[in-house]
Amino acid sequence: MGQITLKQVTKSFGDVQVIPPLDLTIEDGEFTVFVGPSGCGKSTLLRLIAGLEDITTGHIEIDGKDATDVVPAKRGLAMVFQSYALYPHMSVRKNIAFPLKMAGMDKAEIDKRIANAASVLNLTDYLDRRPGQLSGGQRQRVAIGRAIVREPAAFLFDEPLSNLDAALRVGMRLEISELHERLKTTMIYVTHDQVEAMTMADKIVVLRAGHIEQVGSPLELYHKPRNEFVAGFIGSPKMNIFGGVEAQKYGGVKAGIRPEHIDVSMTEGTWKGKVGVAEHLGSDTFIHVHDTGLDDMITVRITGDISVRHGDTIYLTPQLDQMHKFDAQGLRIA
Amino acid sequence: MATKASRSAARLMMAPAVILLLGWMLVPLIMTLWFSFRTYLPLRGGDQGWTGFDNYVRFVSSSAFWPAVQTTLLIVLGVLVITVCLGILLAILLDQPMWGQGVVRILVIAPFFVMPTVSALVWKNMFMDPVNGLLAHLWRFFGAEPVSWLSDASLQSIIMIVSWQWLPFATLILLTAIQSLDSEQLEAAEMDGAPVLKRFFYIILPHLSRAITIVILIQTIFLLAIFAEIFVTTGGAFGTRTLSYLIFQRVLESQNVGLGSAGGVYAIILANIVAIFLMRIVGKNLDT
Repeated sequence: MGQITLKQVTKSFGDVQVIPPLDLTIEDGEFTVFVGPSGCGKSTLLRLIAGLEDITTGHIEIDGKDATDVVPAKRGLAMVFQSYALYPHMSVRKNIAFPLKMAGMDKAEIDKRIANAASVLNLTDYLDRRPGQLSGGQRQRVAIGRAIVREPAAFLFDEPLSNLDAALRVGMRLEISELHERLKTTMIYVTHDQVEAMTMADKIVVLRAGHIEQVGSPLELYHKPRNEFVAGFIGSPKMNIFGGVEAQKYGGVKAGIRPEHIDVSMTEGTWKGKVGVAEHLGSDTFIHVHDTGLDDMITVRITGDISVRHGDTIYLTPQLDQMHKFDAQGLRIA
Repeated sequence: MATKASRSAARLMMAPAVILLLGWMLVPLIMTLWFSFRTYLPLRGGDQGWTGFDNYVRFVSSSAFWPAVQTTLLIVLGVLVITVCLGILLAILLDQPMWGQGVVRILVIAPFFVMPTVSALVWKNMFMDPVNGLLAHLWRFFGAEPVSWLSDASLQSIIMIVSWQWLPFATLILLTAIQSLDSEQLEAAEMDGAPVLKRFFYIILPHLSRAITIVILIQTIFLLAIFAEIFVTTGGAFGTRTLSYLIFQRVLESQNVGLGSAGGVYAIILANIVAIFLMRIVGKNLDT
């Protein structure tokens, strides 16, 4: 059980409205990711749902019941913070037990739940250590453990992986996805990393300056971005977006083509350009092409390896069926 | 200080300060030890030679010794309890965002800038005077008999004066400790269902424990030696004679330097016992 509905929710700090009226429904059991550039209000939105910030106007419903004025502890939500927010003076066991102790649960039940959570999260050997003696990934798991023992209606994650190194981040990403598969609990996950969003989400909510730009499944956002912002934000490397005469040729005020949807040739093609930097990743090569007559340089992705040198002439041909076209307002032309 | 040359240069440059401080400490310490084994009565025959441990035995067997130790400990303990408790409350209060925060913080620190002698005089004459003191006026306003603080509640009065002086110190240290608390921890506790009071006892207080031990350690060292407050208020009467005041009386009022020096050595031993004891606690706290 964990359906969360926001109705005309706004938030202002003083005179500054950071969240303009916003409607959003998060279905029970869904893994929803809030994604957007820094300062877009995604963390604020999460804190509004958690109850750590009061909403200025509007309503929040959890499982159909109005939770607008309910204190955080009574909303049945558990949060994992960016800094993990573990209690440094308590052992791992006491950290995980804390919410249960506050709820006045009896000792036997607490022990049972801790044992359960510890085995799920591979923490059994670390229960008597202090957070300071754990690695980043282990601390992360303790923070998740503290959340799952409460058996909340929904989990809230506030950029939980941003303090981990790259390898650990990939691992924890999988673990959180696994956890969601196992628990089937609603999860709301805030991140600025679109890779995390794409790989984990059932539903992505793209935010900009407090506005919802688009809501949809990862592939929906990838294939049918509703506007120029979403098109540029989702996908790595970024979509090549250009305007002017070239864009009009394809029937839009602006047009965009993803790096992976451009064919490369050394002899002929639509656009002729000069090779700039080539990034060789082994599996892929990203080539930055300059002087194509478009607004910006064009990034092209080629599978495998290709031997081009800085300054070589190269020809590019966009795959026309993969072209995205936008009107003067930046909205997608179907 | 990476190379040998820079290390020896550093030693050379530190030497004057170290030698000065060492001399500053060692000369009085050795003189105290020296006199404590001699009969030295400046107005009654001067230095009259060795007496062995006579002075030590006489200092301890004096009827004033144990009450003085007790008074010292009472004052230290009383001031510690008051400054730590009020300090925590004040620190939490000052941590709240409010209008005029900067000014209020400076006002709170102000008592620390007042010299002990001056603050004791101000308290004695302005507040605690049984006829003209502000407190006497207040008492009379409510129709009560004014309390003659420094004779009827002498120990409490001195504890109050000293607490007033040391409260800013405790508040300041505890305030910086509170400010270093990660607000996400408090929010996590809030989400975990801990109401305000439980957040204080489970999160804020443990976080402050290190700062509290430091406050206790530093204050104890200074409080064991308070003198000016007693000198200008009660003059050691009405059960306010501390160990350091007793030593002063032995040396200057009884003109017995040998006896006073023996008392001084006892005070050094007492201070060191307390210091070792406290260092252990702090050490244990700093480890984890």
